[in-house]
Amino acid sequence: MNGLAPAIELKGISKAFGPVQANKDISIRVMPGTIHGIIGENGAGKSTLMSILYGFYKADAGDVFISGQKTAIPDSQAAIAAGIGMVFQHFKLVENFTVLENVILGAEDGARLGPSLSKARKQLTQLAADYELNVDPDALIENIGVGMQQRVEILKALYREADILILDEPTGVLTPAEADHLFRILEGLKAQGKTIILITHKLREIMEVTDTVSVMRRGEMTATVKTSETSPQELAELMVGRKVLLRVDKKPAEPKDMVLEVDNLEVVDSKGVKRLKGISLNVRAGEILGIAGVAGNGQSELLEVLGGVRTATGMIRVNGQPLDLTGKLSDGRSRRERGIAHVPEDRQREGLIMDFAAWENVAFGYHHEDEYNAGLLMDQAALKEDAAGKFTRFDVRPDNPMLEAKNFSGGNQQKIVLAREIERNPDLLLVGQPTRGVDIGAIEFIHQRIVELRDAGKAILLVSVELEEILSLSDRIAVIFDGQMMGERLPSETDEKELGLMMAGMTGQEREAS
Amino acid sequence: MQVIPRWADIVLIPAINLFLAFFISGLVILAIGEDPFEALKLMVDGALGSTYGWGFTLYYATNFIFTGLAVAVAFHAALFNIGGEGQAALGGLGVALMCLFIPWPHWTIALIAASFGAAAFGALWATIPAYLQAKRGSHVVITTIMFNFIAAALLNYVLVNLLRPAGTMDPASAKFPDAASLPTLSDMLNAIGIPFAARTPANITLIIALIACVAVYYLIWRTKLGYQLRAFGKSEPAARYAGISSVKIIMIAMAISGGLAGLMAINNVMGEAERLILNSVEGAGFIGIAVALMGRSHPFGVLLAAILFGFLYQGGAELALWTSIPRDLVVVIQALVILFTGALDGMVRAPVERIFLMMRKGA
Repeated sequence: MNGLAPAIELKGISKAFGPVQANKDISIRVMPGTIHGIIGENGAGKSTLMSILYGFYKADAGDVFISGQKTAIPDSQAAIAAGIGMVFQHFKLVENFTVLENVILGAEDGARLGPSLSKARKQLTQLAADYELNVDPDALIENIGVGMQQRVEILKALYREADILILDEPTGVLTPAEADHLFRILEGLKAQGKTIILITHKLREIMEVTDTVSVMRRGEMTATVKTSETSPQELAELMVGRKVLLRVDKKPAEPKDMVLEVDNLEVVDSKGVKRLKGISLNVRAGEILGIAGVAGNGQSELLEVLGGVRTATGMIRVNGQPLDLTGKLSDGRSRRERGIAHVPEDRQREGLIMDFAAWENVAFGYHHEDEYNAGLLMDQAALKEDAAGKFTRFDVRPDNPMLEAKNFSGGNQQKIVLAREIERNPDLLLVGQPTRGVDIGAIEFIHQRIVELRDAGKAILLVSVELEEILSLSDRIAVIFDGQMMGERLPSETDEKELGLMMAGMTGQEREAS
Repeated sequence: MQVIPRWADIVLIPAINLFLAFFISGLVILAIGEDPFEALKLMVDGALGSTYGWGFTLYYATNFIFTGLAVAVAFHAALFNIGGEGQAALGGLGVALMCLFIPWPHWTIALIAASFGAAAFGALWATIPAYLQAKRGSHVVITTIMFNFIAAALLNYVLVNLLRPAGTMDPASAKFPDAASLPTLSDMLNAIGIPFAARTPANITLIIALIACVAVYYLIWRTKLGYQLRAFGKSEPAARYAGISSVKIIMIAMAISGGLAGLMAINNVMGEAERLILNSVEGAGFIGIAVALMGRSHPFGVLLAAILFGFLYQGGAELALWTSIPRDLVVVIQALVILFTGALDGMVRAPVERIFLMMRKGA
């Protein structure tokens, strides 16, 4: 120890929600002028801990010390006064306000806006120069990209004179290039003596930017280590509590007959905006085509059209036969009858009915099948038996199909959806964000199941915003940007850098130049 | 994770809500200078103390079971059907047409035909707002309210201009023929040797209401349609993902809902008045909302809540009859029950949940 008081010290923090112990006796010291990573699976208690620090929750036990002073943080106002700034995963910006208006929101100096605005404008210029935080103060939030919006969130915190900046999963919505820019900003802030806490579940980020890393597992702080003295493998084991396979173990693909052919697909959304601008692609039996892209570039719409959730124009053939894209047979049920199974991107909103018991969910979308019905009524015994079997085969925990879907963790919810879709033995499986919000242990299992289905000779279309997942799972990678295909690559012949540039919309020449 | 056990959710919390409603009603009665315990005794005696009282309580309860079930079924599909009043009124028209213009040989056949007419007219009246919601995006809350007024105006027109017998001044239809007269509860119970006061309006429709409760239970929780309906009600995006047509579900759910509301007319029009009069529904369509809320949209809960409101109706009438407590106060008591069981549910729920959490931690 260098005699300096820690910027933040938490001592013995505990917090329970009902019977769930979200934080158990957590102690942590964050030294000033460092970047401190907090890593852990979903539900490990990272966000709860930070919410306590920011005054959203009150800890059941334990103390917070800011720069050596014991500090009570009953609400977020107190946190701001103590010099803590928070950048949330989901930005809290007013879409139809300008950058400047958002920055002063809640920190206006008086009844009149004018003086606050001009003061903020001056400071913003200064901050932009100091930290490479360039944003146009007069741009409307709705007109700037997510990377820029995130910078506005950081500016908001700095404008409130935050010395300690907490970022919750900051790179979830960014391209690799934007993420790199963010990390440069963080380095700059660190150089100016700011303290940064970076919450993430991505090992790569931890290794790249942090000085120290704390690992959380099931509400406990399992280790705090110097980043330079650890490895991704060790951190993963600390997070999960056992050895894990970080890369997917798979044989080369053996593509066979053409299953899916998409030709010149166009989608116009309800606001009249073109979301897909003539997409063409194909997937053969026995291969996985991965669609890489930053969220919001049309990949969701592509999955929705294929899954029968959205209408489109163009041509899609499955096993050589065209699909109905707008008419009576363009719904999800008709798609299932054509041998298309769909693991939707948002399992809690679409894939499951959270208030239904798990046994009711195992038939969702297939509830009209004869096997689940007996005369006028649904066959509850058959449903429950089927659910019990799926729970065993997909290792769903807790092994109790009577519980409501919302009582399962993200990974186990995903296993319920996968079990339902994979066991229909589809010709084509659509998978959206298979491991979003899923813990590392379950990721391994889910990836294996997807590869097994491929090896059984099925076609798989994978959409994921996790580049690592795309690279390790796909047999071919197609990059989507702004509703258009930027090209295809083989995973063995590309890397994150090239894909990242393609995801940002750069053409071949631009990539050469950069 | 369920914070409170199921029994607390469906028994304890409504009981506390009810107690609070009665407690505050008691304070109000005290404030106008009457004895709340005396008032309560009068209500209980008047509504439940004699078979005569029960004959009225169960009659009202039958109305509320139908309208409560109607709201409950729509609730499961996340549709708020406020049009029970109009749908029941149209159901009355269906009953009247069936009874007035077809000479039925026996009341049993008349009952079946009238039930069909009541349900069909009620369902039809509900499917118009349903269609507007499903296809045009006009919210059913707004349109069903509007349709209550349209129903009232339509009935007014039909009664005054079409169904009113020549020479009468009363905007009501002719009396139904005797062959369409339903047996009362008193007839039925006396026939099997159980003494029950005559001249009470409760009738065989009560049995149909009980059957409707069971049928709705099976519909919602055991059939494929109910499964789709609940799935749609819980998550519209999920229903779309599963290929469940929102148009179909909205239309069917509202049709069933309207049909149930319409069935109420067998009780009040065919069973009691034996002719169609203006404003025969008397607000039962709206009480159905409170009944469904209090009954947690479960048919058994609806049954219990309907009996409670039947008690409040009948007991309230007794109160107005025998004390100087004005009739308006009875409405206040009903309003308090609705307020506490419906709108202020969260006020009681939060502390109860906290107590259960503390108990669990202590254990």
